[in-house]
Amino acid sequence: MSFERRTVLRDSLSVAIPVGSYGAAFGAAAVAGGFSVLQACALSLLLFSGASQFAVVGVMAGGGTPFSAIATGALLGIRNGLYGMRMAPILKLAGLRRFLGAQITIDESTGVALSQESRGDDAMRYGFFATGIGVFIFWNLFTFIGALGANSIGDPSSWGLDAAVPAAFLGLVWPRLVNRKARIAALLSALLAITITPFLGAGLPIIATVLIALVIGWKSE
Amino acid sequence: MNDLWIATLGASAICYLLKILGYSLPESTLNNPRIQRVNTFIPIVLLSALVAVQTLTIESKVIVDHRLIGVLVAAIALKMRVSFPVMMVSAALSSAMVYHFV
Repeated sequence: MSFERRTVLRDSLSVAIPVGSYGAAFGAAAVAGGFSVLQACALSLLLFSGASQFAVVGVMAGGGTPFSAIATGALLGIRNGLYGMRMAPILKLAGLRRFLGAQITIDESTGVALSQESRGDDAMRYGFFATGIGVFIFWNLFTFIGALGANSIGDPSSWGLDAAVPAAFLGLVWPRLVNRKARIAALLSALLAITITPFLGAGLPIIATVLIALVIGWKSE
Repeated sequence: MNDLWIATLGASAICYLLKILGYSLPESTLNNPRIQRVNTFIPIVLLSALVAVQTLTIESKVIVDHRLIGVLVAAIALKMRVSFPVMMVSAALSSAMVYHFV
């Protein structure tokens, strides 16, 4: 190994542990939204992408159809595919390793891997797997704990869980509001979704906001 | 199979497909700047819409209640750059307090 393994591992864990512990919020939100503990855990194991998971739960909890939930989750999952394209030439995965590596291709594993670029390809690969596997373990463990916890407390409003879910979405979008155009897109889509929800029901209004992304992304420089 | 299982397994299958697709497509697909720009805005619009809908609607009706206080507190916490768990707990606590005492 030509790179400092411990430094990369430290970077990986400093991302994996806090992000993973946030799985407790997802587990609690899922159960508060009517999902069973088993379904919450299935989402973390099988879907394993925070924003998509929260979206599936959010749309179903709001009374949306499974179609709307799946579509919203999928739209948020597109970026994982783009991360895969970026990582494929570095990871050079084949066979079973490729199928496993794909599942842990998320914001955090890709982010840590790209941050190791100056240390070389070996360090990037190590960072990718250490972070991806670390988040996977902690995220699933904490999902289970959060789901069990919420399962035992009854009324979600009584514990503020009904506000914790939109707060979680706000926390996910906040770091992306880096310029004026992003903030305008955020404000417009919030307004559009609220305005048309009484007419279209839950779910579809959220997907409709993709139009705003298309318009702003298409023409803007 | 109920709707929650359909959503759980359907979304999981499609999201996995998107992940594995990334490893099967050439990287040049990424180089279109339009696709890249649209893709940076997609999470922004979807997540913002989810914030709004989850804060202000119940069963497709617009309802202003304790949740709004929780989300405003979350916004203040994020502005102050506190950690994620602290932000979540402040939002939940403030919302629960309004729910119980106002």
